[in-house]
Amino acid sequence: MIDMDESDISFFKDGLRLDGRRADELRPVKIKVGVLARADGSCYIEMGGNKVIAAVYGPREVHPRHLQEVTRAIVRYRYNMASFSVEERKRPGPDRRSYELSKVSREALEPVILTSFFPRSVIDVFVEVLQADAGTRTAGINAAAVALADAGIPMKSMISACAAGKVADTIVLDPMKEEDNYGQADLPVAMTPGGDITLMQMDGGLTPDEFHRAVEMAMKGAREIYEMQRAALVSKYNQMTETRPEGGACL
Amino acid sequence: MSNVISEIKKDYIYNLLLKGERMDGRTFDQYREISIERDVIRKAEGSALVKLGSSQVLVGVKMQPGEPFQDSPNRGVIITNAELVPLASPSFEPGPPSEMGIELARVVDRGVRESKAVDLDALCIVPGKQVWIIFIDVHILDDCGNILDAASLGAIAALLSTKVPASRFGLGEDYILPIRDIPVATTAIEFNDVLMFDPEVDEEAIANTRLTVITTVDGKICGMQKSGTGMLKPEQVYRIIDIACEKAKEIREKFLEA
Repeated sequence: MIDMDESDISFFKDGLRLDGRRADELRPVKIKVGVLARADGSCYIEMGGNKVIAAVYGPREVHPRHLQEVTRAIVRYRYNMASFSVEERKRPGPDRRSYELSKVSREALEPVILTSFFPRSVIDVFVEVLQADAGTRTAGINAAAVALADAGIPMKSMISACAAGKVADTIVLDPMKEEDNYGQADLPVAMTPGGDITLMQMDGGLTPDEFHRAVEMAMKGAREIYEMQRAALVSKYNQMTETRPEGGACL
Repeated sequence: MSNVISEIKKDYIYNLLLKGERMDGRTFDQYREISIERDVIRKAEGSALVKLGSSQVLVGVKMQPGEPFQDSPNRGVIITNAELVPLASPSFEPGPPSEMGIELARVVDRGVRESKAVDLDALCIVPGKQVWIIFIDVHILDDCGNILDAASLGAIAALLSTKVPASRFGLGEDYILPIRDIPVATTAIEFNDVLMFDPEVDEEAIANTRLTVITTVDGKICGMQKSGTGMLKPEQVYRIIDIACEKAKEIREKFLEA
């Protein structure tokens, strides 16, 4: 959160946000399943200005071998931002932020993956952020969960993620870049459709009461996203006439 | 959470838990004994040795003038780093920072940063050119569980005792680093719907869900981190927050607001 004189920016006009959304409204979401030909499962997602692509490889052999687990598959998750995805060029390669996001994102998905079906193997999830506009980790998790399902990995349920935030003392759903930068809090949440929380992070400042409202709002957003993830998967398998997905051309 | 634990010990902890007990006789929301010793490193601008039960964490603060970030030309810079040195646990290995170490450092940093404990505007030396850089370095010495809370405590305790070394750099008299808030992190693990605060290392090994809540002096939440491969119900999160606010207040009053 960058400190700024908040009076400099007005986040609401006639009760609507900078992009015309209501406080509890998601940005437009577009989900496309099976966009990469080589991957076992893949998904492209747009959430507002975020453009994120996820690929799943596996279960496959683990390299290096010492990482193998005898009773289950291991899950690896790599969150990576393209250098051109942000305003100021990001140095390519992992930094501390992406290590942390990779860890919590993996832990957001692992609870629903039936890893015990595939001992000594690995399920690799690769997430590339092509364009960032606040909420890349939640977009990445949403795409990754769909890509896992697309890869045919057995899962107990879907995982859907959404953030809530606080701007100008108002709790809002799915903050966009301006609201995230100059906002007062950010609370990303990932959960199962049943409401079990698998990812929760927070920064900024919230009273316990505001926190309750923000969690509820983020969960409402995640439920809406779940319906879209489901619809995207159903539509792919409904209209699948060819054996190979076309690949490419996802943008 | 990478510690190995025998099945028999797991069963033991689990059976105790069903009876509402813990290995060392604590209640589920009780912290181990805390001690904080400040100014233990004379070469550092501020330092604190935190003991949380048998866990030991040393935090040192160093300051030096440097260049500001482009997007905040008139503000000081905080850089938090954590070393999980191999002397602290059989599961720590030498080499580049592990994922766990990076997460720990970033959560400690989140507490200090989001609570606005340090007045970064006051750390500007030459606008746009030179500001104070604060390095918070966390050294885990003995990991007997819940090193995250210990490290967060150490960071704020060390900052509270930090003297800005202005004279060493020809920038006037040394002065005490002004601190505006006292963030306290409290961590609970969830196992079979039991919430255990301040887990020790074997308790950490049986649970796969952990939630850290960082609160400020005025009872606001300024940072959170769920960790581990388990799930939490919203009600469990709310319960953790209620207890966390209370515990943080106790710890803050007893050890930091002297």
